Amino acid sequence: MSMLDRKLYRDFGRLWAQALAIALVMACGVATLILSVGAYRSLEETRAAFYDRYRFGTVFATAVRAPRHLQSRIENISGVASAEFRIAKPVLIDVVGMEEPASGKVVSIPEFRDPSVNRLYLRHGRMPEAGRDNEVAVLETFADAHGFRPGDTFEAIMNGRKRALTIVGTVLSPEYIYAIGPGDIIPDARRYGVFFMSEKTLGGLFDMDGAFNDVSLATVRNAETRAIIDALDDMLEPYGGTGAYDREDQLSHAFLDSELDQLQAMSSIIPPIFLAVAAFLVNMILSRLIALEREQVGLLKALGYGNLAVGSHYAKLVIVIALVGFAIGSVAGWWLGRGLTRLYADFFTFPFLIFRQSIDLYVLAGAVTIAAALAGAAKAIWSTVSLPPAVAMSPPAPTNYRNLFFGQMQRIRVFSQLTVMALRHLVRWPVRTMLTALGTSMSVALLITSLFAFDSIDFMIDAIFFQADRQDATLTFSEDLSPDALFAVTALPGVLRAEPFRQTAVKLRNGHRELRMSIVGVPEEADLSRILDLDLKPMPAPPAGLILSERVADRLHLRPGNFVEVELLERDGRIVDLEVGALAGGPATSPDAAGPTVTGAIAVSGLAQGYVGLTAYMRGEALDRLLRDGRRVSGARILVDSDALPELYAKIKETPAIAGIALQGVSRERFRETIEQNITTSTTVYIALAVIITFGVIYNSARIQLSERARELASLRVFGFTRAEVSSVLMIELTVIVFMAQPLGWLLGYGLSWSVVQGFANDLFRFPLVVSAQTFAVSSLVVVAAALVSALIVRRRVDRLDLIRVLKTRE
Amino acid sequence: MERAIFRTRELTKIYRSGEVEVRALNGVDITLYEGEMTVLLGPSGSGKSTFLNIVGGLDTPTSGSVHFGDEELTAYSERQLTRYRRDHVGFVFQFYNLIPSLTAWENVALVTEVARDPMSPDEALGMVDLGNRMTHFPAQMSGGEQQRVAIARAIAKRPEVLLCDEPTGALDSKTGILVLEALARINDELGTTTAVITHNAAIQAIAHRVISFIDGRISQIKTNETRIRPSEVVW
Repeated sequence: MSMLDRKLYRDFGRLWAQALAIALVMACGVATLILSVGAYRSLEETRAAFYDRYRFGTVFATAVRAPRHLQSRIENISGVASAEFRIAKPVLIDVVGMEEPASGKVVSIPEFRDPSVNRLYLRHGRMPEAGRDNEVAVLETFADAHGFRPGDTFEAIMNGRKRALTIVGTVLSPEYIYAIGPGDIIPDARRYGVFFMSEKTLGGLFDMDGAFNDVSLATVRNAETRAIIDALDDMLEPYGGTGAYDREDQLSHAFLDSELDQLQAMSSIIPPIFLAVAAFLVNMILSRLIALEREQVGLLKALGYGNLAVGSHYAKLVIVIALVGFAIGSVAGWWLGRGLTRLYADFFTFPFLIFRQSIDLYVLAGAVTIAAALAGAAKAIWSTVSLPPAVAMSPPAPTNYRNLFFGQMQRIRVFSQLTVMALRHLVRWPVRTMLTALGTSMSVALLITSLFAFDSIDFMIDAIFFQADRQDATLTFSEDLSPDALFAVTALPGVLRAEPFRQTAVKLRNGHRELRMSIVGVPEEADLSRILDLDLKPMPAPPAGLILSERVADRLHLRPGNFVEVELLERDGRIVDLEVGALAGGPATSPDAAGPTVTGAIAVSGLAQGYVGLTAYMRGEALDRLLRDGRRVSGARILVDSDALPELYAKIKETPAIAGIALQGVSRERFRETIEQNITTSTTVYIALAVIITFGVIYNSARIQLSERARELASLRVFGFTRAEVSSVLMIELTVIVFMAQPLGWLLGYGLSWSVVQGFANDLFRFPLVVSAQTFAVSSLVVVAAALVSALIVRRRVDRLDLIRVLKTRE
Repeated sequence: MERAIFRTRELTKIYRSGEVEVRALNGVDITLYEGEMTVLLGPSGSGKSTFLNIVGGLDTPTSGSVHFGDEELTAYSERQLTRYRRDHVGFVFQFYNLIPSLTAWENVALVTEVARDPMSPDEALGMVDLGNRMTHFPAQMSGGEQQRVAIARAIAKRPEVLLCDEPTGALDSKTGILVLEALARINDELGTTTAVITHNAAIQAIAHRVISFIDGRISQIKTNETRIRPSEVVW
């Protein structure tokens, strides 16, 4: 070992606490990077493998009833590799011991062969056998939620008839990794399931022999899905086709995409914060170390060590710190990443888990960490290189302080001399003071960024469940019914009030931009389910024109007053082309104009707030006129006397016309639970990270101050100042820094929260940016507490200051 | 030479570092009197600084006792020692130890703020002839000026004793004399008991008594029949 390396080794013995504090901050950066990128890659890989092995489709379409003879025509569309034609129908489920009705979807599986698209992974038991028409395979999540095992039975209402079904197997499907019921905003495995039964059985039950209503296509590599979708639409249109769509719009896939987006957003926001703070800390301690070792640097140069040798000596110190941080961070990131990936895998139920850890990620993390550390060290190292030996060996000129405004205040004794000492020191090193405050503010910002999610969720829950959708439950009918159905709903036990809605699948188009979604028709003065404007004030549905949620308007580049082209996917063949005046007046229909699909241009008359899904609203009558099939309702939102719920549930279970019921209370709880569970985990991690940053910054900054001012502080002790008084000089400085950091941190935290909101926004969910006073306060308190602990640790060193040794040495 | 201010009995200080044992003080018995100016002479490692640190309450002996008036200093707790330094002792060091972030005036005020019966910083600085440098920072003053600020700071609280460890050690002869004059003047005018450590034997003639240390013991105590003014010191 060379003498310089031996010196390095001993320097570590002296600096280990500070070095470790920095290494920990770096470790946080490395860990979050490896954690998020690792989890992202693992999930992506797992999903891709699951899709690939179980032949997840790339194009999907539904129709009302299409004849089997279309099969060969569809299979022959250019680019189609294979096609699976299925019967998929909504069912109501009656589980013994569960009061409220569950709903679900029953999907046919071919007899005597595996499906060619969307294969099932059999977890337990076996698949239903041909000819046994009471056998069903159920999605594992549903089975688990009810504790079902093969051999158990439950009842289902299919096509108005109640049947007892026997579970023969539990399965996973690439199509329903994320299974969510209509009207729900979060999966609830207890109340929504997917069931697989033999094609022949379902054909008989739903009167679909020789027909299908659902098709999934697997396409060849690089196929033109756009062209396939168009071709498929043309073929299915006469049979009630509601428009084919590709994977991007497949619900389960889209949900997973949004989760993956969030992981990616995390990997681009969080790790850089840590690395920046770490670079600053390196800069801080290395500058100080080099200032202290100024004479040694001069001596080394005088002895004939070159600039390179001296520079690289200090660079090595930094690299070793970075490597320690990298090592700790890698292990933590690997471990946490594994945990996070498992958490996701449980949540999404994959049949297997590919935990992907590639070398390149670690190489990247290591390189980035060392680069950040060296960037922080650059200035300090340069100062050693550029120092001529003779200058280095003479002591530095004493620090020159400026009087500024404190001088005038002295005579009137505003501050004690101890306070003046602290304040002048802060003002003397403004850049360092600002950077230290900035570093501390990062912790505040990080905490706000993780805690604001709770505020947003509360706000969202209030907006969704207490301002907008105030109904107790939403009933969805099996098919659109005449308005008389509303009377029947009102007559159901316990129903206090019912409000109809109509819903139709559409494509909204503005130029080349297009979105698949639904238009919901609502009564003029809806009271249960209200449309909220951007300020969350209820707004009435205008007599004509569409109200779009902000997300839809952004996606389609539309503003109020613009026109949007509406393709009505559920109307077959009738020709309507209409143009609606902006904001006011009824629809100016021109029924004679011709067009192959039902397309209309409608004015956007307002924007609505919507945090979940993509929504467009119209006045019910306007939608009826647009669809031209008279007044219809798709379902009803109801207010229920909670005492009568059991009877209502019982009644609904035997009412075939009701396809499903979504319960607001259950949704709300489930929503809160799911999201808060996720956030609580991440918040715990973030709080730990913020505490580490605070500790790293405050501890190092206090140690450096102590080292720079040991002499002053020792003098104070000699003059008879108590330990508490002497420490107060350091404490005042730290207090000022920590307090300066608060508003800065609030600002940064708000900004980071904003970017998180932007990064996480997708078609399925948008979080509103709401940061409560409490969040600001809690974030600040955590940081203040962490700062206090670090300061107290340093205070112990002040207490143990060796007075005589310090005072006898020359500065 | 009337009232005793310090009495030491068998004062011994042993430093241990690993196997090596250094007897910095080895049974020192001495009495310092009120209003007296003493010069402590001796080579490096002879124990004079250790002695000064112990009577100044900066250090504690391994054995033996120190009385400050009627109080036994060696029985004091850490807290009492702090109190003792705050109320009774002024220190002057070779390297001044001014607070660089405080002006001359503020450096003095630092002490007067917490003292029981201080003079004003202006008065203290006046006594060392620095009335015109009050708003300067240490970095803006010469070494001699800095040392005089240190003296002003030490005397501003009207201490019973002024302990000076090599106060002229870092200064040239001309500024050194200015510093010694300040010390002599304070001793005369305020009657502050003053102990000055020095390597410079020429200074001894300004003292009432000269105490010489060798190997942790007092080798000689000499009383000056006639004292000279600091300006008469030949460096």
